[in-house]
Amino acid sequence: MNKTYFEIVRAGVNTTIQDKGRNHLYHIGIAVSGAIDQRNYTLSNRLVENQLDEPVLEFAYQGPLLKLKNGKINFAISGDIFFKIIRKNLEVEDGECYKSYILDEEDQIDIISTKNSTYGYLAVNGGFDLEKTWGSYSINTKANIGPNNGKKYSINDKIFIKKIDTKSAMNKKINYDYSTDNIIRIIKGTNFDYFSKDAIDKFFNEDFLITNLVDRMGIRLKGPKLENIENTNIKSEGLVRGVIQVPADGNPIIMLSDHGTVGGYPKIGVVITADLDLVGQLTPGTKINFKEVSLEEAQNIFKAYTEDTNKYLNECN
Amino acid sequence: MVKNISNLGDAAVYCDFGSEVNEAINSSVIDYFHHISKLIKDKKIEGITNLTPSYNKLIVSFDLTVTNYKKIKNFIEGLTINRDIKNNNQKIKIPVCCDDEYGLDFLRLIEKLNIDKDKILELYFGKEYFCYMTGFIAGMPFLGDLNENIRCDRLETPRLKMPKGSVGITEQFANIYTFESPGGWNIIGNTPKKIFDDKNLVQPALVNPGDKVSFYQITKEEYLNWNE
Repeated sequence: MNKTYFEIVRAGVNTTIQDKGRNHLYHIGIAVSGAIDQRNYTLSNRLVENQLDEPVLEFAYQGPLLKLKNGKINFAISGDIFFKIIRKNLEVEDGECYKSYILDEEDQIDIISTKNSTYGYLAVNGGFDLEKTWGSYSINTKANIGPNNGKKYSINDKIFIKKIDTKSAMNKKINYDYSTDNIIRIIKGTNFDYFSKDAIDKFFNEDFLITNLVDRMGIRLKGPKLENIENTNIKSEGLVRGVIQVPADGNPIIMLSDHGTVGGYPKIGVVITADLDLVGQLTPGTKINFKEVSLEEAQNIFKAYTEDTNKYLNECN
Repeated sequence: MVKNISNLGDAAVYCDFGSEVNEAINSSVIDYFHHISKLIKDKKIEGITNLTPSYNKLIVSFDLTVTNYKKIKNFIEGLTINRDIKNNNQKIKIPVCCDDEYGLDFLRLIEKLNIDKDKILELYFGKEYFCYMTGFIAGMPFLGDLNENIRCDRLETPRLKMPKGSVGITEQFANIYTFESPGGWNIIGNTPKKIFDDKNLVQPALVNPGDKVSFYQITKEEYLNWNE
């Protein structure tokens, strides 16, 4: 029998395969990668009854137009997404996020755009038929690692789907209200005291604008210039997701999943793990504020975040 | 030795070995790196997801669903590092073509350093370098230390695209751009040698922390006919 696959009719802005990410390679310069919004990634797998670490399709802004070939599948989309299902007979259905659908041979999924967010996730029951590189399926376009030769998908590419069982993931639903927040919680960075009192004041009390310079590596912000009174360079050292670096021009940069693994700009703060999904979804033009929390608070917030995710996972039926 | 341990956010431990950059401090960072790597491999510690050694810091990232800052900090504080560990460090020779079409920044360097191209090459090729760390992009080695007469600041405006294989210098350091990438180092040549091999799953980076690296000059003809 011929293998089931998606034919990419329109690729979208940045369509890649992502999962939980790739560990133990920072020391040779390879970032973690993985889904920017880990909660929505996990929920998409749950909706199609997959193992929660199966690879899914991540898209940004305008998503792909996919045509199903040789088979029948269940799929679900998570995030804040405007999409339609175009049936073989050209009937068009409005798509709903957090809900599983059956897709027949020659049906199409048209992921028109994300709404008040940047990324969305498409999972198929049974998962995609791909190979792991260094323990992960994530595509790292920076180092060309992962499926599709480490490149984002283009028109006419095919994404193969593993053997499937359409019965198990019928009519799954999660009551999830996608919401966003403009207050980003951070822990003081290791160079916090490089900044003037005035800069710290502004950092916590004024608005920062998400500029157009946003991708899977990071987010450049624009706001009041943050004055550095110590040194605008440090000896290059490791970075992690969520680090907020401030170069000499005083405008902060937040590191996301595909970030360079080392950097030489002072770190004013680090976004708490529980807020990383939120930060990654911020769209250009949004204004945000930073709020300081202690390490202990961050750990408690993360616990609550995990319990919340589990609640949605358990509610899925 | 680790001088100070603090948290970098809620999911990483920041181990500070001092503020200077020298081989002794860096060797200590690398000893910790190898030691902890082995304990992870032997499943003696759980939850650590990444180790990032640099000149004088080691960042230990962990999975907040499995462990926490206090546990990892205690673990690091309790380590006894055996300085006799064989790190399998290698000596590596890397060919570089310094024709003007590859050595993009000779004019700038000649002006800033006030010495001629031959002298720059003599000083650059006349030394063996130590690999302090790899990173930024996959497999990029940070090597040192350059002769004092060829130390120069970064470009005022970084290039948006450094050609793959570009061999650069800045301050006391030398590097190699393993992929096309943005970058601000002064470029003196290009190597045809594969510095990062993603098909080699065991050791993809040719140069690893602790290795000794020397460069040798090749002609453009040798560069174009390079075959590994």
